Amino acid sequence: MTTGYFTSVDEVAVRLAEAGYLASPAVATTVFLADRLGKPLLVEGPAGVGKTELAKAVAQVAGARLIRLQCYEGVDESRALYEWNHAKQLLRITAGRDESWDETRTDIFSEEFLLSRPLLTAIRGTEPKVLLIDETDKADVEVEGLLLEVLSDFQVTVPELGTISAERRPFVVLTSNASRELSEALRRRCLFLHIGFPEEELERRIVRMRVPGLDEVLADAVVRVVGALRAMDLRKVPSVAETIDWARTLLALGVGTLDETVVRDSLGVVLKHQDDVLKAAAKLDLDAV
Amino acid sequence: MRALPDPGAPAAEEAGAEGAAAAETRAVETRAEGVTGRLTGLVRALRSHGLRIGPGETVDAAAALEALGLADRERVREGLAAALLHQESQRAVFDPVFELYFPLGRGVSAQEGGAEPDREALRERLVAALAADDQALLGRLAREAVDGFGGYGSAQGSDGWSSHQTLSRLRPETLLARVLAALRAGATGAPEGAAAFTDRLEPDEIRRRIEGFRERVRTEARRRVAERRGTEEIARRAVATSADRVDFLLAGRAQLDELRRAVYPLARKLATRLAARRRRAAHGSIDLRRTLRGSLSTGGVPMRPVLRRRRPARPELVLLCDVSGSVAGFANFTMLLVQALHDQFSKVRVFAFVNRADEVTGLLARGSADPAGLGARILGEAAVTGWHGSSDYGTSLCEFAERHLDAVGPRTTVFVLGDARTNMSDPNLPALRQIAGRARRVYWLNPEQRAQWSTGDSAAYAYAELVEMHECRNARQLGELIARLLPV
Repeated sequence: MTTGYFTSVDEVAVRLAEAGYLASPAVATTVFLADRLGKPLLVEGPAGVGKTELAKAVAQVAGARLIRLQCYEGVDESRALYEWNHAKQLLRITAGRDESWDETRTDIFSEEFLLSRPLLTAIRGTEPKVLLIDETDKADVEVEGLLLEVLSDFQVTVPELGTISAERRPFVVLTSNASRELSEALRRRCLFLHIGFPEEELERRIVRMRVPGLDEVLADAVVRVVGALRAMDLRKVPSVAETIDWARTLLALGVGTLDETVVRDSLGVVLKHQDDVLKAAAKLDLDAV
Repeated sequence: MRALPDPGAPAAEEAGAEGAAAAETRAVETRAEGVTGRLTGLVRALRSHGLRIGPGETVDAAAALEALGLADRERVREGLAAALLHQESQRAVFDPVFELYFPLGRGVSAQEGGAEPDREALRERLVAALAADDQALLGRLAREAVDGFGGYGSAQGSDGWSSHQTLSRLRPETLLARVLAALRAGATGAPEGAAAFTDRLEPDEIRRRIEGFRERVRTEARRRVAERRGTEEIARRAVATSADRVDFLLAGRAQLDELRRAVYPLARKLATRLAARRRRAAHGSIDLRRTLRGSLSTGGVPMRPVLRRRRPARPELVLLCDVSGSVAGFANFTMLLVQALHDQFSKVRVFAFVNRADEVTGLLARGSADPAGLGARILGEAAVTGWHGSSDYGTSLCEFAERHLDAVGPRTTVFVLGDARTNMSDPNLPALRQIAGRARRVYWLNPEQRAQWSTGDSAAYAYAELVEMHECRNARQLGELIARLLPV
């Protein structure tokens, strides 16, 4: 049942940190459980908090191959699961003109003519794999039905070949931005993890790890200002990605300390709406922008 | 389910012997009934709050407990949340219930001696803890505070524990200046520039920390009461319902704020759902005439059915909202929601009334930058009140029918929002009939529960005979109604 990549919660945290992903206790615990119980992990949260990064980091520490299914409106069975290679089948039929129908039929519906898409790829083979189903909420409801069989039993049914079961379970991560309510049936099959904005201390460590050249006092100040921005009622609150961008910007500008001028000039890196910039400037007592 | 090891007995002993030390441990405290009973109790309590948790999830949660062990309470919390919850919004219900079923230590600490403890000393230590933002110490202080100031009854805590009493005696909110001073004194090492800018953030940061401490005190008091009266009783009563189930008419300021933050996510969800409905509706029925014409080329056999094409028409929406004090929260929320959905419609016009009707579409469009002040701006800038401030549906409907009826056409769907309480004046049914006659559909959303319709001065059923009236008491119902009723 288990994917067996980790033996304890602490190990998860330590190894993910080595791969450059600092996990909060909630993240480490849930990843460990998903690994131990062999259940898919549904990750929700605002954009830019590292949902996709988490899957990549797990793949890296487990030495597993990362298979990614990017969902979009209109993604279907032939993009997600498998497809018959029609062109090749036609060539095969033309090549074997004098064969009997029975011979041809059994031959063209064999593995050789099967184009395997991410979901099927993740199930076949014995090498360790991490399956990332990104932005699940963008896909249509029908695709969810398709995922149910794969995620609960880790098997895929191809009518011509029969049922293919996983020889080794992949570690599955689904991400969602909650732009559509995922169905209850899908949620039930997953462990649920919400990644929110990190605690101040964790975010400070993230900034230090990602932007090593930045002065520590400055990094502290950056994190605190972002924390204050998040407490405001903004249209788009800054995420961890924005914090890191801002830290990088300050590093590139060669800024030594955070003062009014610097914040005023670089606030656009963190806030993406003019309304927000004006509001934040007013709340932070900056002079007219 | 496999039987889980039950560490309840030894842990409880420890708590009884040295309560103060038990507060230090991070381990989960369990009673004699065992972990399995605890878990099913937790699940039952969550279900009674409207969370849908099946036995499959409960088994998962038990497996999670087995994998994690009970040594670290925060991990147990996160593990159970991962297995039992499906949405982030459920977390607000889960956390307090978890606190009750898997409490951090039990009983009352041993140091309590009946004498009133030193309030100033405790405040002094609280200042230091808040300045250092020391979570463990803050938790310990919350316990001490409830010990010292929260008990009521003849002997200390004999009848119960009150967070309200604790907080009003300790008054942590008055410590802001002292915490600030402590921080300033400690932070002399930082370079001048950085300190100068981030200083202005400090008051807000400390206010958040103080609010966190108050929440700890509330949790601690709730836990002690739960011990006294039985966990299930308290779990049912004392945990606040999630924001989208709170009655609009009963919602406090904080809950309305929370609702307002939910407007954009909800609007995005509704927009996706509407778009899907439109896509489906665009696949129309078979156009028989054109199918038969097309079949001539295949000898009269209709090989390719031709579908009737729909002209893409974006519907128009008119909102008529009662913004008088009693229902203002409901009206404002709905207005913001409709405004956020405006790109789904060719035209959205919003009218507000108390006893006169006036258009507020412009105010609303500009108001998206400052949703909190919307209600005040409408009352201040639009002519919604005449001589007095109480609502009058008859006059308002009449004025709307006279002055703004051109806003309603055969493609318009009208939503009327209000409790239909006319203050004993004439409900003016002909005016509503006139509006209903011109519009494609008219719906009335009433934030009162159905049992109260047409009681007192409410004319709900009189209006309901003319137009479809729906009960719409909370954000969840509103979301469902909007998804169903909005024109495609």
